[in-house]
Amino acid sequence: MIWQEEFECMSPDDMRKLQQQRLIDLVKRVYEKVPFYKELFDEKGVKPADIKTLDDIVKLPFTVKIDLRDNYPFGMFTCPVDEVNEIHASSGTTGKPTVVAYTKNDIKLWSIVMGRSIAMAGAQRGDIIQNAYGYGLFTGGLGVHYGALELGLPVVPMSSGNTQKQLQLMHDFNTTIITCTPSYALFMAEEAIDRGIDPRKSPLRIGILGAEPWSQQMRDKIEALWNMTALDIYGLSEIIGPGVAQECPGKNGLHVFADHFYPEILNPITGDPVAPGEDGELVFTTLTKEALPLIRYRTGDITSITYEKCEVCGRTLPRISKLKGRTDDMLIIRGINVFPSQIESVLLDIKGAQPHYQLVVDRKHSLDSLEVQVEINEDFFSDEIKKLEALQEHIQREIESVLSLKVDVSLVEPRSLSRSMGKAKRVIDNRND
Amino acid sequence: MKVQQLSIFLENKVGRLLETTEVLAQHDINIRAMSLAETKSFGIVRLIVENTERACDLLKMHNFTVEITDVIAVEVNDTPGQLSLVLRTLHDNNLNVEYAYAFVERKQNKAVIIIRMEEIEKAMELLQTKGIKTLTQQELYQ
Repeated sequence: MIWQEEFECMSPDDMRKLQQQRLIDLVKRVYEKVPFYKELFDEKGVKPADIKTLDDIVKLPFTVKIDLRDNYPFGMFTCPVDEVNEIHASSGTTGKPTVVAYTKNDIKLWSIVMGRSIAMAGAQRGDIIQNAYGYGLFTGGLGVHYGALELGLPVVPMSSGNTQKQLQLMHDFNTTIITCTPSYALFMAEEAIDRGIDPRKSPLRIGILGAEPWSQQMRDKIEALWNMTALDIYGLSEIIGPGVAQECPGKNGLHVFADHFYPEILNPITGDPVAPGEDGELVFTTLTKEALPLIRYRTGDITSITYEKCEVCGRTLPRISKLKGRTDDMLIIRGINVFPSQIESVLLDIKGAQPHYQLVVDRKHSLDSLEVQVEINEDFFSDEIKKLEALQEHIQREIESVLSLKVDVSLVEPRSLSRSMGKAKRVIDNRND
Repeated sequence: MKVQQLSIFLENKVGRLLETTEVLAQHDINIRAMSLAETKSFGIVRLIVENTERACDLLKMHNFTVEITDVIAVEVNDTPGQLSLVLRTLHDNNLNVEYAYAFVERKQNKAVIIIRMEEIEKAMELLQTKGIKTLTQQELYQ
């Protein structure tokens, strides 16, 4: 079902006109109402009157996460705090949390884009949604909730955790749609199996999964375990929360609700646009949001974009690929962009290899080198040197073909790679300059 | 009878072989035979010890990647031509040796050859029919 066909299937020309008018209005609004933006525009020597067409967006400065922190808590709002309707704050692992706010109209907008997302995933009358995203300061829970209300579908506000109850209510209510993180979907299936329940026999038919990056391999696994269609949803609190982009059952990219969130894909280093189909950093301008509009907000997420109409669902919205990594993780080795997630994907594909690895970058005789250390485990340890060497060569060949870069692969002992805070440390860069 | 051997993965790091032997020494496990194979980036040490399973558990507790592999222990007289006789028997029956190592029993004037190969059962039968003695784990320790 297409919830708002007039926008989701709008002709490219009409869409550009709509976006352009919204951008022009937005720029005036933030310049008048947000001192931070006035200062930033002035510093860059750009006036609202300079923005006459959509292409003029490149004249505008970027907004980054630190700007939100620097203006903690309410400094970036366009209105006094008593005019907003809802306030969320990110967990903020370092320093202050990031605060985001919504007016009544913003909540309506959020409901609509989330409603579009759930409909795009294939929801119909008769479906019941079990929402296992966390309710609270995290925008995942309430965002999905508002979308379900918008569509008028029953939603069970489970929040995350309490797996036993999740499984029980799913069974008793005949829940057909689950919304949660992909890792929780996997965890729930494993828990079900441990309790002697076959997740394949569950009533679930659609999973709307997001809030963390996940691979195609993980999708295959989740779909097989639950016997359902697992679709990716993308969003971030700064832009609105979940409901920025969503996969349709075609699984050929996430449709961006570009009438509200204008996407650009830029070279993360130069800030220049890259061509459609090329990887770059995803940057959003919120065209319609009231309380906290953001201009060219740098998400740090790496993806590519296509403007082709979707052959499967017919939407004309631009599509971004599944996220390929984070700009913070990106390595540049001999001029080639390398994301740890690419290597993870290769390792997952090779039977027997577990995705525990470390990348060591070095510079020898002014030439960059990349060593991939892969932890061996008992499942694929062999007493025979030739088998281990064959594995090593296989991994090397696969990585080289994906990266177009020469790498050295070494097999190392399990648990020998350093972990920090329980998380694996993926990259060691020994280059000094 | 087949004999059990420990195969331990060693990453290319200073002192890793020493750590392996220290774990065994601390727990009073005697090493009867040893062979070390190395490549550019890692190595495998193969050991014959008295209590293979206990040694395996101990090493795993110390985060080593260990596997127990079946091998044949052949006992021959420590005289010229004996190894060649063993290999000829295997060769004539199209049995390939994966790897092998040997040690000498000075007191008894015997040599023991440890052989890793596929079709171990078949090889042992053949050797027996030729009058070549294969040892059990216990015999290795007498």
